[in-house]
Amino acid sequence: MSKTITIDGLAVPFQEGQTIMDAALAAGVYIPHLCHNPEFKPHGSCKLCTVNVNGRNVASCTMPAVEGQLVLSDIAELNAERLALTQMLFVEGNHLCPACEKSGNCQLQAVAYYLGMMSPHYNHFYPQREADASHPDVMLDRNRCIYCELCVRASREVDGKNVFGLSGRGIKTILVVNSASGLLGDTDLAVTDKAVQVCPTGAILIKRQGYAVPIGQRVFDRLTIKDVQTGGSHE
Amino acid sequence: MSEQSDRAGRFPPPSPLPQVGEGDSVSPTGDTMKKIRIATCSLAGCFGCHMSFLDIDERLFGLIELVEFDRTPLTDIKHCGPCDIGLVEGGVCNAENVHVLKEFRKNCKVLVAIGACAINGGVPAMRNNIDLWDCFQEVYCYEGGLECGQIPNDPELPLPFDKVHPVYEVVKVDYFLPGCPPSGDAIWKFLTDLLNGREPKLDYEQLHFD
Repeated sequence: MSKTITIDGLAVPFQEGQTIMDAALAAGVYIPHLCHNPEFKPHGSCKLCTVNVNGRNVASCTMPAVEGQLVLSDIAELNAERLALTQMLFVEGNHLCPACEKSGNCQLQAVAYYLGMMSPHYNHFYPQREADASHPDVMLDRNRCIYCELCVRASREVDGKNVFGLSGRGIKTILVVNSASGLLGDTDLAVTDKAVQVCPTGAILIKRQGYAVPIGQRVFDRLTIKDVQTGGSHE
Repeated sequence: MSEQSDRAGRFPPPSPLPQVGEGDSVSPTGDTMKKIRIATCSLAGCFGCHMSFLDIDERLFGLIELVEFDRTPLTDIKHCGPCDIGLVEGGVCNAENVHVLKEFRKNCKVLVAIGACAINGGVPAMRNNIDLWDCFQEVYCYEGGLECGQIPNDPELPLPFDKVHPVYEVVKVDYFLPGCPPSGDAIWKFLTDLLNGREPKLDYEQLHFD
């Protein structure tokens, strides 16, 4: 007999060891998330995937599924908090979509569309962040980094190179590059590395392919991130 | 910004617009009822949102039965008078932008920020991390093809700000219509919702930040 949890009234089966997010994704139930990618160990930092489990708010990407849990996810209160978190991510960085190659394929933007974000609401920080064009094939633009650590995890766990890391604390956190010069061009990062593929935003871009697919015909121009992430794109 | 703390007292919440008859129908005898008065302006923008507004094409004929225009680039009226709806394109990059924006807020019952620049600064805000003096020197002195380049310094020129800001950081904004620019269809959907007394709501395909 398979074990189940209940998400928004729907019975969702799970295997021992799965998180609530794992079970939800396997069942095609969308819980908004940015720092989570099923290919990597959960990070639990963006908090977009916060759900209410038996009365307490927890990150669904790190919370193990336990028989009989009553999970609320797609409710007005939690979606309002997800919207506020997304708006904070927008104002803390420099996210100027019209000037970004990733626009239309960007998960931050797609989550904002999904949550119906009409404006960033908060006052903008317009932080001073450095871009790094030193690598022949890969562009690093820290203006768009949301500190999900997916590139850090991918480089360390999959590529075995440890190219990226986060340094500093709180609002002063920055994405750093593991070379003596601090430049991406002085690392052994290759354009085929997993770390280059996983960025949910336009912080890490492959050069010379920015507009291969025109604006208006990109992934999230046609489909919601809910459709994409529960339709097998991660599988 | 300091305006924010007291602006709630100065500007009442958006009041319901005068309704334009039943449903979405366009009355041919529009002269017997009061038309909705609309003002538009472009601050630190490119007029692209205004161009997109013109992309509603023949629907303009239906619209003009329902609305009349106050200050816009179409009428060449220089100052905004009392209006029902104000559409503001562009961010706030200099002192003149603030004067125009406050004039709009004072006169418009419903103020709408239209386009990426009005909503987050947009492309003009890409200069926010460049020192203003460096920026001026690059544009007016070092840029290729310039002869005897000099930085304009006429007292009539508005004071530039060190950063470009979205309009909602300066005045209260009632509605936002994102896009760079929002499509003609998105603008039409938004305006018809507003004119018919509905809460404006875009379809998924119409909500764009690019």
